[in-house]
Amino acid sequence: MHIDNSQPLEYSTQQNQLNILGFWIFLGAEIMLFATLFTAYFTLEGRTGSGPAPAEIFEITPVLIETLVLLTSSFTIGLGIHAMRLGRKNAMLTFFTITLLLGLCFLGVEIYEFMHYYHIGATYQTSAFTAALLTTLGTHGAHVTLGLFWGTFIILQVKKRGLTPETANKSFIFSLYWHFLDVVWIFIFSFIYLKGMM
Amino acid sequence: MEFLERFAIPHPSPAIYASMVAIALVSIGILAGLTYFKKWGYLWREWLTTVDHKKIGIMYLVSALLMLFRGGADAIMMRAQLSAPDMKLLDAQHYNEIFTTHGVVMIIFMAMPFIFAFMNLIVPLQIGARDVAFPRLNALSFWLFFAGAMLFNISFVIGGSPDAGWTSYFPLAGNDFSESVGTNYYMLAIQISGIGSLMTGINMCTTILKMRAPGMTLMKMPMFTWSAFIANVIIVFAFPVLTVALLMGTTDRLFATNFFTTDNGGMDMLWANFFWIWGHPEVYILILPAFGLYSEIISTFSKRNLYGYSSMVWSMVLISLLSFLVWTHHFFTMGQGALTNSIFSITTMAIAVPTGVKIFNWLFTMWKGKIRFTVPMLYSVAFIPLFTIGGVTGVMLAMSAADYQYHNTMFLVAHFHNTIIPGVVFAMLAGLTFYWPKFFGFILNEKIGKVTFWLLTVGFVLAFFPMYITGLDGQARRMYTYSEATGFGALNMLSFAGAALMAIGFVTIVYNIYYSFKNSSRDIGSDPWDARSLEWATHTPVPEYNFARTPQISSSETFWDSKKNGHELFKGEIEEIHMPNNSGIPFVMGMIFFVAGFSFIFALWVPAVISLIGIFICMAMRSFEKDHGRHISVKEIIETEEKLGGAK
Repeated sequence: MHIDNSQPLEYSTQQNQLNILGFWIFLGAEIMLFATLFTAYFTLEGRTGSGPAPAEIFEITPVLIETLVLLTSSFTIGLGIHAMRLGRKNAMLTFFTITLLLGLCFLGVEIYEFMHYYHIGATYQTSAFTAALLTTLGTHGAHVTLGLFWGTFIILQVKKRGLTPETANKSFIFSLYWHFLDVVWIFIFSFIYLKGMM
Repeated sequence: MEFLERFAIPHPSPAIYASMVAIALVSIGILAGLTYFKKWGYLWREWLTTVDHKKIGIMYLVSALLMLFRGGADAIMMRAQLSAPDMKLLDAQHYNEIFTTHGVVMIIFMAMPFIFAFMNLIVPLQIGARDVAFPRLNALSFWLFFAGAMLFNISFVIGGSPDAGWTSYFPLAGNDFSESVGTNYYMLAIQISGIGSLMTGINMCTTILKMRAPGMTLMKMPMFTWSAFIANVIIVFAFPVLTVALLMGTTDRLFATNFFTTDNGGMDMLWANFFWIWGHPEVYILILPAFGLYSEIISTFSKRNLYGYSSMVWSMVLISLLSFLVWTHHFFTMGQGALTNSIFSITTMAIAVPTGVKIFNWLFTMWKGKIRFTVPMLYSVAFIPLFTIGGVTGVMLAMSAADYQYHNTMFLVAHFHNTIIPGVVFAMLAGLTFYWPKFFGFILNEKIGKVTFWLLTVGFVLAFFPMYITGLDGQARRMYTYSEATGFGALNMLSFAGAALMAIGFVTIVYNIYYSFKNSSRDIGSDPWDARSLEWATHTPVPEYNFARTPQISSSETFWDSKKNGHELFKGEIEEIHMPNNSGIPFVMGMIFFVAGFSFIFALWVPAVISLIGIFICMAMRSFEKDHGRHISVKEIIETEEKLGGAK
């Protein structure tokens, strides 16, 4: 394996560069996936049937907590990658752990939010609006859940194997994924919650 | 017993029971044969665990040919049922199931693997790479396709086939009107193979962008690689739409959500829109690689470089952009209003412009060329006029006001078969014949190949041109019968005769493979067609590492330059080569996906959850695995090269 030392560790082999480009292309596909979900949501948000309308079920507090927690986690993973570039393994692991804990908080609040919807009669089956809402949020939440497992695997590997071109590459790609989920959340926050509460 | 009742066929017939027995016997035969000839180990080591793009390509090829016969059997049954007025061969329900599976099998499980076969076989060789960017992901793509295809194909003997058309429009495809599990099969099988296609898209884009041999700029890529690249870009942007649509369709059917229903706010037209936002780019995913193959074949057998290289590239880029802007033309009659219809009419007609540019480029490539009418060239030459007719009728259909006359008639059926058969199927057969010697070491018999060509071409014209007439006269598609008073009888009989000729044509392909395997010369060298691009510069059969030394690229026809203009293709010393290891995980994941899909189809939640966990375990194993591949030593490479007839 040829290692190019003029590049950061995560870009230092050809396979690493392929992985990063491939993941960017995957994120392109993910943008289409969420764009389709948003399209469905915008088409169906007014079609509430006999169920509640957006403004009747949205609550600002849990949403603000989720937003704050997820945005902070995007910042901490950025710090994690910065620490990785400086070769400071322990600092990086700490920031990654904080990131995942924030992700876990996010998920906990989102589960609470879903239970709240269920209790006030906005279930998956209630109307086209609730189905589109819960599918969009649920797809994002499923991504976060997968990310929690994936991130844990990466922490374990960095801990055991140290910062190698391979583990650095995985960590960097994971950070791209995590930032992407944050970007999607900003759209969800602005165009689903804020728009719905106005 | 109650548990097993869900697996019963809702509309049984003797033919289906016969198929069940046949499937069981063939499966037992294969298993017994593998055991008797002690081939299990060989199968596992060489095929099930392989990550070699050439072997994966061959597996796609074999699957595509099998599915061609499955879809072809559906087709011949439909044509037989329509061959005379008031036929009693099939009832309405069977006819519905058959036209549905014919469409899905031919598009998703025949044409898609066929183009993936060529992308896998050719692209890494054309760009001088050792393999694709993510060889193991490539294997996973194949096994997901395979799992989806198998899942779809067992539907007619377990639980019943989908019957809502290959477009599966809601509310027809909803639980109220499609009560059997058939449409669940549709949703899950296409979902699984679609995920595989998306991964191939990402894999191929990365490969083509990052793994080209030194000197090969984007505008020096061979035309097939260009077409594959653009098709894969379309895959990356179109397939996620299908993923979401199928997910929503699945939850509507399994969890009683209201995306596409007619009450509680559901909107059935949302499905139609999503389906075609994927579906229209999908037809360009199929046709662009076909254009790429024709470009390679026409320039090889005209002994001329491709006319208008950069206009070929730009026309494909333009087609790929326009392909996302025309989806509404599939349902002009469904009430969008005049303004929307007009806009989509214009975007649709605009696609004829870049396509026309390509047609003229092929014609100018042949102009004053030294044309050799080999089998691949015959297909290409027949393609040009036949495809043009298909294109012109497409522009007719694109006129939204006039479309009210032909919407959902046999005219439309004639149109899209007129583009898909001479466009895609002929290209696949031309490519099959053209690239066969590269991968199997012998040329398919030209005489039998020409018989096949004429059977298919004459059969195609007889089968589909009469439909233009009956369609304009008002024969609706998807109707299982018609009365004598309509006067459609004679033309439909002609169609049946054409379909029968095509069926014979496809059988002759199988015979040709068998005949040539026995009789063809194995002494054909590595360049039997006097071809032009890089895939012909290495040995036949292609060694696993493709090129012993990385080729140096001078133009889009580097190999031709090296033959005629003294360009030095291979420079420097042979070095150690790094290759990826085989892995059983992709195959295992494919099988688990099959179980997961099956469990969801029948709402068996326990196995569904277990198999989903199994999929995540496979992913976790991949994450923790330390796999650095292996190295082929210089000595080994030199030995292989000498065995194949001299170092390259």
